[in-house]
Amino acid sequence: MADFFAMGNYAVYVWPAYAATAVVLVVAILSSLRAHAKARENVRRLEMEIGEGDKTT
Amino acid sequence: MAVTMTRITVLANPKRFLDYSSALLPWTGGFAFVLLAVGFYWALFATPPDYQQGQSVKIMFVHVPAAWMGIFVYSLIAGASLGGLVFRHPLADVAAKSAAPLGAAFTALALLTGSLWGKPMWGTYWQWGDARLVSELILLFIYLGYIALWNSIDDPNRAAKAAAILSLVGAADVPVIHFSVEWWNTLHQGPSVTRGAIDPAFLWPLAIMALGYTVLFLWLWLLRMRTEIFDRRSRALMLAKGA
Repeated sequence: MADFFAMGNYAVYVWPAYAATAVVLVVAILSSLRAHAKARENVRRLEMEIGEGDKTT
Repeated sequence: MAVTMTRITVLANPKRFLDYSSALLPWTGGFAFVLLAVGFYWALFATPPDYQQGQSVKIMFVHVPAAWMGIFVYSLIAGASLGGLVFRHPLADVAAKSAAPLGAAFTALALLTGSLWGKPMWGTYWQWGDARLVSELILLFIYLGYIALWNSIDDPNRAAKAAAILSLVGAADVPVIHFSVEWWNTLHQGPSVTRGAIDPAFLWPLAIMALGYTVLFLWLWLLRMRTEIFDRRSRALMLAKGA
């Protein structure tokens, strides 16, 4: 196990590379999901308020 | 011709797009998670050290697909922009705009992980004299400029046109990135995968990671295109309400 974390003495390069990848992917996923939910909610609310026939959602 | 036109028209309808994408979202999202779970596990736990690079080769599995995605996404943006300018496809600029932050993220990731791989292998995090490194950095700046241009123009039609032109000018960097390792033989190595100079023990997990990144991108792209369509609809409704 210690061997695995040591990455043949390349730990200081390998783990930051994987950590950066994980962080960027997770942030991309969460921000996209959040923006999508917010935008959809916004349209729903406006369509309710206006009461138009032409519904998007 | 009639069939093709019908198909384009079908997909060009934002409402249809919302229906289709809604059905695709759980599948693309789920598939991306499975591929990335398998890919990360395989890359970290089930690949041998390289005979020259030792365990630093682990960085390849997150670096190379990120670099591919940066170029792939940019090509999609340029293609969609051209489609938008020439055919006035109503979803083209939505597609291009929504892809840009994702492409920028992959490009930044390629630069960051590449630099972390460069230090142990080349002895330096960065070198201004290396054409591959510099052309990749320029790609990141083009992405950021493209995003900034979209944000700086209020009218979506004018913004779309200006951004599309910028994306087509910036497309000149794509072949430069691709051929940089052949034209200027400096730090960055040439392609191993297309030369067949990579062992199957590395190639398979690399392919899974690349597919995982691609499907993840498709999922997030759909989400962001839908977000953009909702936002435009909201904007139109707000205007209608104010009138």
